[in-house]
Amino acid sequence: MSLDAAFLTALLLSTLRQTTPLLLTALGGMFSERSGVVNIALEGILLFGALTAAVVVERLEAALGPGPHPWLPWVGVLAAMGVGGLVAFVHALVSIKYRADQIISGTALNLLALGAPSLVLTYFYGNATSSKEVANRLPLWGPEGFQLSPLVYLAFLLVPLTWWVLFKTPFGLRLRAVGEHPEAADTLGVNVYRMRYTGVVLSGILAGLAGAYLAIGFLNQFVRGMSAGMGFIALAAMIFGKWHPVGILFSTLLFGFASALAIQLQGTEILPAVLVQAFPYVVTVLVLAGFIGRSRPPAAVGKPYEK
Amino acid sequence: MRLELDPAPSLGKTLLTYLAFLLLTLLLLGGLFALYGVPPLRAYGVLLSPLADPLGLAEIARRTIPLLLIGAGLTLAFRVGFFNIGAEGQLLLGAVGAAYAALFLPAGPWTLPLMFLLGGALGGLWAGVAAWLRVRFGANEILTTLMQNYLAYYLVVYLVAGPWKGQFVFGFLYTDRFPEVARLPRLGDTLVHWPTLLLGVGAALGLQLLLFRTPLGFSWRVLGENPSAARYLGLKEGRFLALAALASGALSGLAGVGEVAGIHQRLLEPAQISLGYGFTAILAAWLARGRPGLVLLTAPLLGLILVGGDALKLAYSMPFRVVDVVAGLLLLGLVGAEALARHRLVWRR
Repeated sequence: MSLDAAFLTALLLSTLRQTTPLLLTALGGMFSERSGVVNIALEGILLFGALTAAVVVERLEAALGPGPHPWLPWVGVLAAMGVGGLVAFVHALVSIKYRADQIISGTALNLLALGAPSLVLTYFYGNATSSKEVANRLPLWGPEGFQLSPLVYLAFLLVPLTWWVLFKTPFGLRLRAVGEHPEAADTLGVNVYRMRYTGVVLSGILAGLAGAYLAIGFLNQFVRGMSAGMGFIALAAMIFGKWHPVGILFSTLLFGFASALAIQLQGTEILPAVLVQAFPYVVTVLVLAGFIGRSRPPAAVGKPYEK
Repeated sequence: MRLELDPAPSLGKTLLTYLAFLLLTLLLLGGLFALYGVPPLRAYGVLLSPLADPLGLAEIARRTIPLLLIGAGLTLAFRVGFFNIGAEGQLLLGAVGAAYAALFLPAGPWTLPLMFLLGGALGGLWAGVAAWLRVRFGANEILTTLMQNYLAYYLVVYLVAGPWKGQFVFGFLYTDRFPEVARLPRLGDTLVHWPTLLLGVGAALGLQLLLFRTPLGFSWRVLGENPSAARYLGLKEGRFLALAALASGALSGLAGVGEVAGIHQRLLEPAQISLGYGFTAILAAWLARGRPGLVLLTAPLLGLILVGGDALKLAYSMPFRVVDVVAGLLLLGLVGAEALARHRLVWRR
């Protein structure tokens, strides 16, 4: 193996593909935590989104015939975003309205996400591990030899967009205010609850989008446990990125690059397979431990607001 | 109409709220069963059927053992404010320690105690890493322990497929069977490895006493309920936090020893060693409301759900993971109930 142009291109493409679901989820997590709600259910929402996209597209294919339907995967994407938002809404309801422990609520939803797919898969496909492959995946855009899913472009476009929303709009200012000092925001007439609902549901929509990318962009089916901790890694990347879109861009790129490098080196003599698989998790622990000493979360994160 | 904090909810109201939410959860689950073509009442009958025969009860006891050990430790860790979500990984490390002592250290009457010692130590160490990272560097322990779950998983996969792969197991991914001295005794023909069960009961009762009857327990409780008061009292926050983390990790490690020494008698693939006990035990701990002794009730309850899931799988060929749906919905319902019970509806703005 040599470090030739083909290898570097493959590595770059792979990095962008690996970064996409992390970036989408981490940006989502940012909205939730900036509003003051910890959302560890994002891991489960990734799975729910992936399951929804794969099953919706496959079912529609079964009803309409396989023949190419360019619009069909987008229906799957929208459905995944909807389901993601819905699951996040449950988390919001439990942790904002009922002021329950956000970690426990997230754990409950993650447990559901472990169990629900096998029920749905058995119902439709008679096995508990994977869905039938779909014929209509998301398309690939870009010049010959450098083709990527539209969701990859979208994820990177969302970085400036979320930055603008968070720091240049009244909505962003209010969102950050309720995460830092809900009492003060409330006094100024900001509806704390509504802002928090919005932040959490946005995080679910983005994680659902990331799940759709996994199922019908990256692969063409749902596979049990396909998120493999990506939701948690995204949360670590969000912390490492200091709850800021640009920081999150670089931290998720780091994780994406680590995964891509490991994948590219897989099967070579350099790295045994098991080390390759463990690599992203080791990087996550190191990142959480080594560099983030001075990063500060939103002051009111994790605390229910009592009007 | 709005919710207001109810400073002193009456017992009746609390019970009623819980009952209402439990019913709601059961209704929701029933709807799920019905969608699946299984009459809900029959499904609940099957879910509870293990209670009716001795073999079912033995199965519940077997599933209760790891939940009891892990749940007792997690109750302590959560109470002190260390969110250990990595019991699954700590359990696997315990299994690794047990397998090492059983397969590679000289055998003798000391083998079983040594397995527990080594397994507990490795489990504690695994949690200790997260505790150290939190105390020293401020790393979020929820995420580090979660990541360590994956690392433990791959460690076991590596061991059983690589250096520790048995000589007599053909294509299978597990170690050789443990020698006779490294197998735990069981009750009759059942899979109930009673020494581990005793350890679990002892852990729950011991931690209960430790938490409510000793100076150490007092410090733990102060730290959990009011960290700034703890600092004011001059408590070494990090030290107490780490101690609770180590204890919960060690107990999860012991659970791992029990699973491999009492049931499988070899180290095998992670998904076969544990049915996600480390996650289910989070429920057991949360339901115990910060009292390790109460895990003696909550662990068998969740054990029943696990065994009932098996029964559902046999009776209606539902996937076994339906138990996660049952557990997840139950937890969500109880979380809602708990929160609502602390509040009252006020009919004015």
